[in-house]
Amino acid sequence: MRKTHTLNLGTGTFVLLGFAALFYLTTQTTSRGLSFSSPPHYDVTAKFDNVGDLKVGAPVSMSGVEIGRVVSIDFDSKEYKAVVVMRLNARYNQIPTDSDASIYTQGLLGGKFIGLTAGGAETYLKDKDHIDFTQSAFVLENLIGQVLANFTKSKADAETPAAPDAKPEKAK
Amino acid sequence: MLRDAWQSMVEALVTLGDVVRFLVRLLVQTPSAFLRFNLISQQIYNSGALSLVIIMLSGLFVGMVLGLQGYQLLQRFGSEEALGTAAAIGLVKELAPVVTALLFAGRAGTALASELGLMRATDQLAAMEMMAVDPIRRVVVPRFLGGVIAMPLLSAIFSVIGIYGAQLVGVQIMRVDAGSFWSQMRASVGLSDITEGIVKSCIFGVACSLIAVYEGYYATPTAEGVGLATTRTVVTSAVVILFLDYLITAAFL
Repeated sequence: MRKTHTLNLGTGTFVLLGFAALFYLTTQTTSRGLSFSSPPHYDVTAKFDNVGDLKVGAPVSMSGVEIGRVVSIDFDSKEYKAVVVMRLNARYNQIPTDSDASIYTQGLLGGKFIGLTAGGAETYLKDKDHIDFTQSAFVLENLIGQVLANFTKSKADAETPAAPDAKPEKAK
Repeated sequence: MLRDAWQSMVEALVTLGDVVRFLVRLLVQTPSAFLRFNLISQQIYNSGALSLVIIMLSGLFVGMVLGLQGYQLLQRFGSEEALGTAAAIGLVKELAPVVTALLFAGRAGTALASELGLMRATDQLAAMEMMAVDPIRRVVVPRFLGGVIAMPLLSAIFSVIGIYGAQLVGVQIMRVDAGSFWSQMRASVGLSDITEGIVKSCIFGVACSLIAVYEGYYATPTAEGVGLATTRTVVTSAVVILFLDYLITAAFL
């Protein structure tokens, strides 16, 4: 009797520990958190020319404070734009309708997130509303391309300042 | 030469088929084995609870080494904050299931194989058959199921302790910022990573337990045979674990 008691105690402790560890892994090391029922929220959409590598689940922040998450990213084949649906916490329900949404990068190599900047309108965003002012993701390659293009152009200008008719040839 | 190779290939296939048939026999008996849960719970204790100390210690040191190595590597790129992510992903997806399974094969698998082998050598299994008690149902299935249940739990414990080990070295000793250590981990570890780890450890649990009980059950009933069965359990388990690990990782990509 005594022996089975210790045995059961040991088994029970082990199984409990194991499940506690599993629970810890699924709730604490992931971004799931303990939210079994999601808090009250409302969805807002925004269309971007380019979302870069923005991912579903990326944070939506305002003044650096997380107020929601990206729940879906879709492509609008009529306007050729990316449609991003953001789920915002209902606590933050006083965001002006003319706020603008931009895609930023966390750190130099971090993931992308959406930053909202408040506008000046008196009306506030509601569920299923649309943010009109957006700024696309900052794509490093495009920027480098532009810098290089500018660089070669200004170099070409400096070499032939007195002969503007030579320019079209250079541009080829 | 060629004939020998052919012969050994055929033998390997025969063994594989035998193992699979043995697995089917075990699985057929599994539902009824749950009716006598006491037997399974005792085996969970033998395979799981008694392996706890070695698993926890190894997890701590593996995590600490990850912390050190990861810090040294990430520091070169100026992104020490990613240490939490690196340690958590490495542990949850790869190190915890594999190292746990290898330790399990060494600690619990050998115990299972030698116990069953000795039962075979001392004719205990034959005696059960004489008494119309199916040894597979009474002895083998509970041991198999105990291992299968214990493995994912051990692996999860390994992961958690390992993450704390990495945190211990990274945050307490190397002074990585604690906030970014945890928040970057939370931001980049997905539920799919954890599922992958759990699936791996479940499959390893089946493989390790199956190999151990098969080798033990069919051990040559001599002192030498039992020893051989134990050795083969560890060797086969190790190879099978690493092979399956590659397959599962490729399947999850």
